[in-house]
Amino acid sequence: MSPATTLYRGHEGMWMWVVHRTTGVAIFFFLLVHVLDTALVRVSPEAYNEVIGSYKTPLYAIVEAGLVAAISLHALNGLRVIAVDRSTWALRHQKQLVWWVWIGFAILMLGFLPRHLMHAFGGA
Amino acid sequence: MTATADAPAEVGAIPSMTVTLKILRFDPDGLDGREPGSEYWEEFQVEAHATDRVLDALHKIKWDQDGSLAFRRSCAHGVCGSDAMRINARNRLACKTLLKDLNPARPITVEPLKGLPVEKDLIVDMEPFFASYREIMPFLMTSGPTPERERLQSPEDRAKFDDTTKCILCAACTTSCPVFWTDGQYFGPQAIVGAHRFIFDSRDEGEWDRLEILNDKAGVWKCRTAFNCTEACPRGIEVTKAISEVKKALTTGEV
Repeated sequence: MSPATTLYRGHEGMWMWVVHRTTGVAIFFFLLVHVLDTALVRVSPEAYNEVIGSYKTPLYAIVEAGLVAAISLHALNGLRVIAVDRSTWALRHQKQLVWWVWIGFAILMLGFLPRHLMHAFGGA
Repeated sequence: MTATADAPAEVGAIPSMTVTLKILRFDPDGLDGREPGSEYWEEFQVEAHATDRVLDALHKIKWDQDGSLAFRRSCAHGVCGSDAMRINARNRLACKTLLKDLNPARPITVEPLKGLPVEKDLIVDMEPFFASYREIMPFLMTSGPTPERERLQSPEDRAKFDDTTKCILCAACTTSCPVFWTDGQYFGPQAIVGAHRFIFDSRDEGEWDRLEILNDKAGVWKCRTAFNCTEACPRGIEVTKAISEVKKALTTGEV
């Protein structure tokens, strides 16, 4: 039994590493499920239709929004990591680039979410 | 002009205050009825000046309150690299951290470095850290006869590795690295800094021996550019930049 130690107080770089890891693992599990549900068509087309049909429910619409969020964040931060690896300027301005990642993410989600939620809940 | 004697002694006096230090202790022997190997937080109140350092506060505890408190320090001036520890959840040198910079109104937490085995209180076993450093062969490697005079180098060539010569092996960078916490096999930022210092030295000929060692899966490719090392370095070394330059040397094949 050891007492709780403090959480290391890292800066933007460390938290973006956490975000990158978390979204990466989430995307991996999505791909796993995606391979399985697509492979289902070989087993039985009816079962495939049923599974894909359940993705049209509101619950899955929210999960789908989370998936788009995870992929956009992972992609934008991936560009930041590439930039940091390739240029000294980016390396020295990596914190500023973190904010650009979040701004880009906000723009993508603002474009995507209204349309997506209208489809899911607007009944259109 | 007569000098007036009523100028009180407080001119320039530094205000003193009471600070609380919350220290994560580890008792390997089990003194005072504790289980051997028990770990616990202990709080100490210290009278200190705003200009005192965390090391001064630790000294006051050790000298006046609890002699069993164990920590390393040697020069006490930020050169020897003995007193790196986790202060308020960040790696710093206790001798270079002023109390006034830490919000002394709240308890200051002091913990041993993370990722290395704790021996007692704030003392960790540095051997795994030094082992990584030895692995990258931190010494001049040359071929041919030793010259009569010193090996000359242009200021431009010297500037290439100037940053990484500042390292004092305090382990603040390596033990701030999230990759090192979870994977003890990783060489860690310090060993890469140590290698960088020789890889980019024009007088040294062992660069490819070192680059080959760092090309390992526990080498530079484990770096995830979290920048904790760069921010923790008490010498202001751009550690992530040094790691990046080693990666670049490996991908381009040019030093």
